[in-house]
Amino acid sequence: MNTLVTLITAGITFGTVLMYGTLGEILTEKSGNLNLGVEGIMYMGGAFGLAGAFYYEKAAGAAAAGPVAIILALLAAFAAGCAASAIYSFLTITLRTNQNVTGLALSIFGTGVGQFVGELMRVKEGGYVALSNNLKNAFASSIFPKGLIDIPVAGPILFSHTIFFYMAVILAFAMWYYLSKTRSGMYLTAVGESPATSDAAGINITRYKYLATIIGGGISAIGGMVYIVTTAGCVWNHEGLSGVGWLAVALVIFCLWRPLNAIWGSIIFGSMMIMYLRVALPFIPTQLYKILPYVVTVIVLVITSMRNSRDKQPPASLGLNYFREER
Amino acid sequence: MSEEVRTPLIRLEKRSGMDKKKVWAIRVASILVALILGCIPMIISGNNPFSAYGVIIQGSLSRPVYIRQTIKIAIPLLGCALAIAPCFKMRFWNIGAEGQITIGAMCATYFALYWYDKVPHVVLLLIMFLAAVIGGGIWALIPAFFKAKWNTNETLFTLMMNYIAIGIVAWLQGGPWEGRKGSQLIPMFNDAARLPDVFKVHCGWIVVLVLVVLMYIYMNKTKQGYEIAVIGDSVNTARYAGMNVGQIMMRTMFISGAISGLVGFLTVSGANYTLFSGVADGVGFTAITVAWLSQLNSFAMIAISMMLAVLEKGANTLQTRLQVPASISDIITGILLFTMLSCEFFINYRIIFRSRTGKEEKV
Repeated sequence: MNTLVTLITAGITFGTVLMYGTLGEILTEKSGNLNLGVEGIMYMGGAFGLAGAFYYEKAAGAAAAGPVAIILALLAAFAAGCAASAIYSFLTITLRTNQNVTGLALSIFGTGVGQFVGELMRVKEGGYVALSNNLKNAFASSIFPKGLIDIPVAGPILFSHTIFFYMAVILAFAMWYYLSKTRSGMYLTAVGESPATSDAAGINITRYKYLATIIGGGISAIGGMVYIVTTAGCVWNHEGLSGVGWLAVALVIFCLWRPLNAIWGSIIFGSMMIMYLRVALPFIPTQLYKILPYVVTVIVLVITSMRNSRDKQPPASLGLNYFREER
Repeated sequence: MSEEVRTPLIRLEKRSGMDKKKVWAIRVASILVALILGCIPMIISGNNPFSAYGVIIQGSLSRPVYIRQTIKIAIPLLGCALAIAPCFKMRFWNIGAEGQITIGAMCATYFALYWYDKVPHVVLLLIMFLAAVIGGGIWALIPAFFKAKWNTNETLFTLMMNYIAIGIVAWLQGGPWEGRKGSQLIPMFNDAARLPDVFKVHCGWIVVLVLVVLMYIYMNKTKQGYEIAVIGDSVNTARYAGMNVGQIMMRTMFISGAISGLVGFLTVSGANYTLFSGVADGVGFTAITVAWLSQLNSFAMIAISMMLAVLEKGANTLQTRLQVPASISDIITGILLFTMLSCEFFINYRIIFRSRTGKEEKV
């Protein structure tokens, strides 16, 4: 029981990172854009988010306040993600380049930029970039009082997390509400399913695609920042961050493009990724646990395509550009 | 709604054909734009862009040793781009080359580790070659089979297969194939399992150059190449013409995976002399951009893969000499890809502005 509680708690910590990446990519893919640059976007979010908090503390000195640092880190990461996906949007929507290739180019570019910024900060600041313990605590500690956390079982699982986890859950609900209850959200879904039909119905395709992709990129980038300030302990750690973006792309499939599924989906994926440290299953070597999320995703992908039920498919125009002139 | 017909401020028109010279001028200009934009990170890191570019060229091409190292980087890129070309021509978005390389390398490694004292040198290399080709091919066949049978999304499927392959090798590395206990490393290959050098670079460069010619012939002069082109243009046309689309997809993916597997073999047996989970090192992804930027033309791939190799090798020198993070090569590669991708837009479309007088200005 105790192991299970630690596993779920740790799974939520890593799952929070994935949840942002996934929610952002769901929003992007709903518009029909398959942005394979999430990996790069999350790198940029991580590097710029850390930079935001670090330079804020450097400027404010001992007066640096936790909440301000959190907001600045969020804004810096979000802005970096928006900028990166704005490049992608401009290329694929306006200049009509191939989405797969552009996404991969963004991955290369973004990991490069993230690494560059992370390394450069280290070099400029004399070998070590780290926040003070004060800010580290602000980022990594729970927002609930200790009494709640100490409740057995439910305490650690429900209340012991950082503010980022609760924000991500709220975001998932907000996105669910937006996509299934509002007119604009339904238009967005329509754009992803059939741009030609939506265009004929008078929906501004270009605007929806741009906004969804750019905001989605910003949300994904927050995931990278959350990783750096929680799991990595506020230092630039590109090795831990590598592969997270691709895992988020996998999770989007696993969640069947539904924001609410992302909540439990990312916790499951998060637990699978750290399970090798804590649990030993019979017959399966622990090193193979890390491929479980991908294997599960493949199985989900295959089963949904075999059953061919219409509400569980990728957005119909996913990965395809829309040219009005080529109808 | 007003009845008046309004022309938008900017609109687009497809160009029918453009002068070959002009097309190349635009492409060269896009590379120049990328190099200019690449100055930004260099200036940020406090370096003179001219001297930084100088170091890149110097560090990759100024001495025979450097040139050889640059070619070593280009070999897998070129080989893998050749593997991807037929899939992309067919509009089958295989982004799983990374995993196919890894599996190919893994299959070759098995024989390098356990058969090196059982068979003669040449036979061993042949067996490793075959194992890699078949392994990579089968790995690629799995997503193709599901695509053909149930129309499973191949982009996402092949992407997942990469990480499964990498995970398997990571397990072998720390488990069954581990050399010294606790080292997390697979032992170095015996000399018998290493590729011979030709002009001091492992003979993989000859293999990929031969492949360039073969792939050109395959894509442009054979029936199978024609079938691939038809499916790429329209699956329905291909069906109507009586082609077995599923079968062609599986065949093409097998070929593609086989070539990627071969690249894996060349990498472990010619360059690294051992296997580790990062054996593909992003080549599978970068090669996709190489293939696409070359317009899937195998000869153009030589130039583009060399260009990216120069950047990568040069950036390493840049790091050791000027303390610029080597990731700058990724940034410049990214910018280069962005500009070269966008320039196709200006080749394919004409932009028409609405002028005040109602006349149209064509750009």
